[in-house]
Amino acid sequence: MPSYHLKINGESHAVEACENTPLLWVLRDHLDMVGTKFGCGIAQCGACTVHLDGNAVRSCSLPVSAVGEKSITTIEGLSKDGSHPVQVAWKEIDVPQCGYCQAGQIMTASAFLAKNPDPSEEEIKNAMHGNICRCATYNRIQKAVALAAKKMA
Amino acid sequence: MSSTTSNIKFNRRDFLRTSSLAGGGLLIGFNLFTACKPNAKPPVDLADLNYKDFNAFIKIAKNGAVTIFSPNPEIGQGVKTSMPMIIAEELDVAWDNVYVQQGDLDTENYTRQVAGGSQSIRFGWDALRQTGATAKQMLLNAAAAKWGVDVNELSVSEGIISNKAGETLGYGDVVEEAALLEVPGEVTLKDPKDYKIIGTDRKNVDIDKITTGKPLFGIDYKTEGMVYASVLRPPAFGQELESYDASDAKAVPGVIDVIEIGDKAKKLLAGEKVNWTAQLSPSAKVVVIAENTWAAMEGKKAVKAQWKFASPPESTEFHDKKLTELLDGKEFTTLRKDGDVQKAFAQADKVIERTYESPFLPHNCMEPMNFFAHVTDEKIHLVGPVQTPEDAANTVAELLGRDVADIHLEMTRMGGGFGRRLYGDFVYEAAEIADTLRKPVKMVSSREDDMTTGVYRPAIKYRIKAAIKNGELTGYYLKEAAINGNMYGLIPNFFPAGAVENYQVDVAKYDSNITTGAWRAPYTNFLAYAEQSFFDELAEEMGADKVQLRLDLLEKVKGTTDERIQYSPERMQGVIKKVVEKSGWGKQPEGTYQGFVAYYCHNTHVAEVADVQLENGVPVVKKVTCVVDCGIVVNPLGALNQIEGGIIDGIGHSMYGNYAFKEGMPEAKNYDRYRLIRMKEAPKVETYFMENELSPTGLGEPTLPPAGGAVANAIKAATGKRVYKQPFIQYDEIWKVAEKPVLG
Repeated sequence: MPSYHLKINGESHAVEACENTPLLWVLRDHLDMVGTKFGCGIAQCGACTVHLDGNAVRSCSLPVSAVGEKSITTIEGLSKDGSHPVQVAWKEIDVPQCGYCQAGQIMTASAFLAKNPDPSEEEIKNAMHGNICRCATYNRIQKAVALAAKKMA
Repeated sequence: MSSTTSNIKFNRRDFLRTSSLAGGGLLIGFNLFTACKPNAKPPVDLADLNYKDFNAFIKIAKNGAVTIFSPNPEIGQGVKTSMPMIIAEELDVAWDNVYVQQGDLDTENYTRQVAGGSQSIRFGWDALRQTGATAKQMLLNAAAAKWGVDVNELSVSEGIISNKAGETLGYGDVVEEAALLEVPGEVTLKDPKDYKIIGTDRKNVDIDKITTGKPLFGIDYKTEGMVYASVLRPPAFGQELESYDASDAKAVPGVIDVIEIGDKAKKLLAGEKVNWTAQLSPSAKVVVIAENTWAAMEGKKAVKAQWKFASPPESTEFHDKKLTELLDGKEFTTLRKDGDVQKAFAQADKVIERTYESPFLPHNCMEPMNFFAHVTDEKIHLVGPVQTPEDAANTVAELLGRDVADIHLEMTRMGGGFGRRLYGDFVYEAAEIADTLRKPVKMVSSREDDMTTGVYRPAIKYRIKAAIKNGELTGYYLKEAAINGNMYGLIPNFFPAGAVENYQVDVAKYDSNITTGAWRAPYTNFLAYAEQSFFDELAEEMGADKVQLRLDLLEKVKGTTDERIQYSPERMQGVIKKVVEKSGWGKQPEGTYQGFVAYYCHNTHVAEVADVQLENGVPVVKKVTCVVDCGIVVNPLGALNQIEGGIIDGIGHSMYGNYAFKEGMPEAKNYDRYRLIRMKEAPKVETYFMENELSPTGLGEPTLPPAGGAVANAIKAATGKRVYKQPFIQYDEIWKVAEKPVLG
């Protein structure tokens, strides 16, 4: 089985996995980093969102062999102590209901705000449209992204 | 001053027991739902904590810290936060000093824990308050004894007891003495005016773990030596496994073994010892065991299985025909009958009849069904997300021919429930796999497994018929035709029962091989849309004001002696009047079109107004104004989240939810072909509560059912077109520009 050296949250991890194994399952099953969630497996729901060199990607559809030297950030590494402005905003607004999709929502929002620090309401909605929240906490997600932008300003 | 708003009486001695903990501190065991055994005693060591006799515990440590072990499964409805808040209020402690822990079950003594749906707060309200108040009284009694003063001279605030001399004692200072005291026979509950925690915004107790990605959910669970299982179930309803070839599957890297299960389930089904939540499939299934989830899922794709139909395959077209036949047919059950509707129709000036149709709906919990199981000769360890842990444990015991006392079931936070996790089929599968393997194993469904082997909200048709004479509603007849049945006894006593002299509700069903069951706000999630659409049209036909028609009908119910009537006409009128005021009903700006609904279900009264605007000629839901009467609002921050979610969920499924079958097989298998509401389609929800001191009622469900009706009525106002079928998106004439699902 091929082995890979992955840069995750600033640390190097060696894993042995089939080349077509999605990054999602390498994170969850091989490396016990379960914050990244499995939702659909076909890049439709966003629950598995991580950053690849700062870009939001769906880890369920990214084969481990395609990661290469790129650095991966997961919800566990977004901040050391939950202090990233998006995490703080999520807590202040009390966004989650069941909470399952929220790691993916936070990763999408944080990658988006890094590129667009002063978004309009419309831009926030467009950016978050790819992430499904089955509990429909959409009003609060929108508010939390706007609040996080304010905190980052 | 005491101010109990409930008339439920508890035998306190039966539901409360205290003991001093071996490690120091006071432990109070109580049962939220039923009396425990009269001689039951809570453990003296936390390691012995079990739920055999009590289903919840409070621990007060010597340092004054309070831990509340919350018994109820958390599916996102917020009870892990709101139920402990009620205890903390009466206990009079600072919320910041309260630590909430999901009740963990004891290895040897597992018995009862209950998932209450929208009923957790309603049923728990008295027991939770009395428990907190009882503990407080014991601590006060202990302090009074220590100081040698009358207990009535003492006051308490945030866990600090004060006497007249100005001396203070913390709860932790008297907890050892308190644990030795008798449980008081009577306690005084707070006047709601004095509440400091109830009615204030408190954040989800798991918020830090959720936002930092800590393991919380069943799918996150892992133990040493655990393997992963993926189950190949029949692709079509009605099918059973004939044969399979696993040689390719076994060649997939990471695959350990391929086994067959289902034999035990089949025997159990034959014995008819299965409870209502079981939903066991009679077919054998092929299970791929692997080193990781991906390998198990890949291995499953490589299994070559042959299936045969044990019962004929059904399709949406077939169901459509059957349900129409049932509506037209003479086979039905009458659930309620007042006066003579046929006579009312015969004598009417005008008769209106409409039919409303809905498809099946899958639950689509974001966390797919999964469960961990480890079976040995000594015990059975089960871990995962299930709304009915007691039924799950009992059925697993039955299935494996074991004693239920061998079972240790741990509940995890659930990535959504919506009713799907009431049915424990995935628990039994995991247990049967583990029984065969004799190794720790986690069964994980793929999204496709989850969606295509579900327990669906049934397809339903309603026919509603009204008689109008001299400008009055004189007759109302509703008939339900549903796959496997839907409505039950109490629902026909909802509005407009009691308001119309001649009133009848009939139900008919077709028994299908497609599994159906409870889906968020069961029984009314489609009914409310149908009835609220009908009332809109009824007002138009009668030339009546849409709001006034409801208010006038409700007026007739006031002072009713009919004890079957479930709703309160006064509370319903209250939410209606307030939503009219808050939504600017009838005063909307040019270009905004409104739809009005008022509904009662799950013991809560709700009125909603949807605001729709036309964008490029297409109706878009911009805002929903909602007024809720749920009595006392325990945690407004959590309550608002439930209300917003319920409304957007209701609109999403009314607009887009469509689950069709062909040859017994679901047509959509994943989110590329099944549309859920997303950010850009979600309206802004503005919520107002009725302020009163009545006992709290449920909030996880009641705002969902009428939301589709509010939108349907607003669509009519905006476009002049009435939608009679869900999902609304199928009306091409309204959505002129064919809207395709926007993909992520």
